[in-house]
Formats: sequence, C-alpha cells, structure tokens
Amino acid sequence: MSSTEAFGAQLLAGIPHAEGLGMAVVEIGNGTAVARVPYAAHLSGDPETGVLHGGVITSLLDNTAGIAIQSRLRAFGGIATLDLRIDYMRPATAGEDIYAFAECYRMTKTVAFVRGVAYHTDRNDPIAAVSAAFMLGTGGGRKPDGAP
Amino acid sequence: MSAGDRLPARPLSQILGDAARTGSRPDLAELIAAIPYARYLGIVVERKGTEITTVLRFGQHLIGNPVLPALHGGVVGGFLETTAIMQVVFEANAGVMPKPVDINIDYLRSGRPVDTYGRAVITKLGRRVVNVHAEAWQEEHDRPIATLRGHFLLPIGD
Repeated sequence: MSSTEAFGAQLLAGIPHAEGLGMAVVEIGNGTAVARVPYAAHLSGDPETGVLHGGVITSLLDNTAGIAIQSRLRAFGGIATLDLRIDYMRPATAGEDIYAFAECYRMTKTVAFVRGVAYHTDRNDPIAAVSAAFMLGTGGGRKPDGAP
Repeated sequence: MSAGDRLPARPLSQILGDAARTGSRPDLAELIAAIPYARYLGIVVERKGTEITTVLRFGQHLIGNPVLPALHGGVVGGFLETTAIMQVVFEANAGVMPKPVDINIDYLRSGRPVDTYGRAVITKLGRRVVNVHAEAWQEEHDRPIATLRGHFLLPIGD
C-alpha cells in the first residue's frame, strides 16, 4: 500500500456512514481526491429503476470534498461543511459504481472552497456537480494513528 | 408495528399512479417504506392532517464524525432531500417521483446522535418546477441543524 493509499484509508477508517456505503479512496493529490461508492440495490431511491438515491451522491461528494481538503492540509484537522450545492445533471445508471472527484481550489486560514463532480466512468459526463465551503479548525478532528 | 417496518406491498409507481388517478393523497408511510435508501437510513413519515413530519431514527451507521460524534453531512442532506420530495409528492400528487434539479444545503449545527425531524414548505408549485424549502432539527424546532433549498422537476402533464 502506497503512503497515499494508506493516508486515504485512514481518512475513512472508523467513519461508520462511509464504511456503511462501502466508500473507498481511489486517488489523493495535493488538494484533490477521487473516491468511489460501489453500486448497492439497498441504497436505491426506487427499486423499479434501481437508481441510487441522491443522498448517496451527497454523502460521497461531501466526503470526497473533505478528503481533498485534508490532503491539502496533510493533517486530520477538524473541518465542518458550511454549505453544499449539488446540481443533478442526469440520473445515475443502475448497477454502476459511482466515483467522485473533488478539488480544493482555494483555502484561507478559516475556510476551504471545493468543487467537484460525481460520475461513472467519464469526469466530463457527470451525474452531478458540487460546490461547497468548509470551515477549518473546528473541533472533532482526528490525529493520524500513532500521533501523540 | 410502525410504518417503517411495514413491508412494501406495492411498487412506487403504483402507489403514486393510483393516488394521482383517484385524486386522493398518496400514503406517505407506504411510499417511504418502498424506498430502499430511506429504509437503510431509518426514515419514517408522520402525518397529522396536512402536516407532514419526517423522522430520521438515529442509528450508529449514520455517523460521519465519530469523535464528536456527529451525523454525516450526506445523511443530513439525503434526509432533507427526502423530506422535500415527500412534501412535493403530497402536494403535487403528479403520479411519479419528482426529480431533483439542484439542492443547496446549509449546515447550521452538528447533528448529534439522536433522532432528527424534518419539515418542508413548497414556496412555489409551478407546472413543471417546484421550489422547496426544508429544515431539519433535533430537540428544538427553532434551532435547526440544517436547511435545504431545492428545485424539483415534475413530468409534463398529458
């Protein structure tokens, strides 16, 4: 496991909802992240179509945005979502995993600004787009394993 | 037995289609029980006359920050989106599920590990687009933990 993968795994480990959705970090850059949620019928919004509920996409985008910020901080500082805007471009395809890409494109001492997309295979053919702001330096942060 | 434990007897399309055809209000307790994601989260709907309250029963699988602990932002967002959709289904009674176009969520306080309640108000019921405002709270209704503003699309009437 690379240090990036190890860092990514640590960021999601012990987050019950992320684990419940089967979320996994695919890629981490400096201020960017890609994460995935595998398709699961029990997370659909309608059993007839099997399409995943928007809430699953919201969770994935929110979490991926947070990871993009953590990757830029390179620390487990406490962050809190201030607001999240999601545009739904098209319905997700039933049976297919959903990926999210998020980029923290601006960071001040107190606020981080993130944008991103949710997609199946092509980032340029998104299911949804997100724009979000996060507060930095809030309580509830975690220390990396082994840190004092 | 509570509504959330009820086995879905009919598919979504039939619940909504029958209600629209007969002009009667859709049974939201039956509807929510037919949505797998809502069952997974633990959402039930309570109706008192025309007042609809959604309830997100707390469960450990909803936690996004185990240190505080706090509900996951996506859970709160998904709950608010579901609350908004229930209100649109109830008032528009268009025979199908409304499709979200966009949603804006403001996170006001961290969601504590207790039950969460939701209410939505339709600010404009258009022919094709519905504007909705929803809020989620825990113990005190006047201290919401998050609010949502969203647009939902209805099918074109034939």
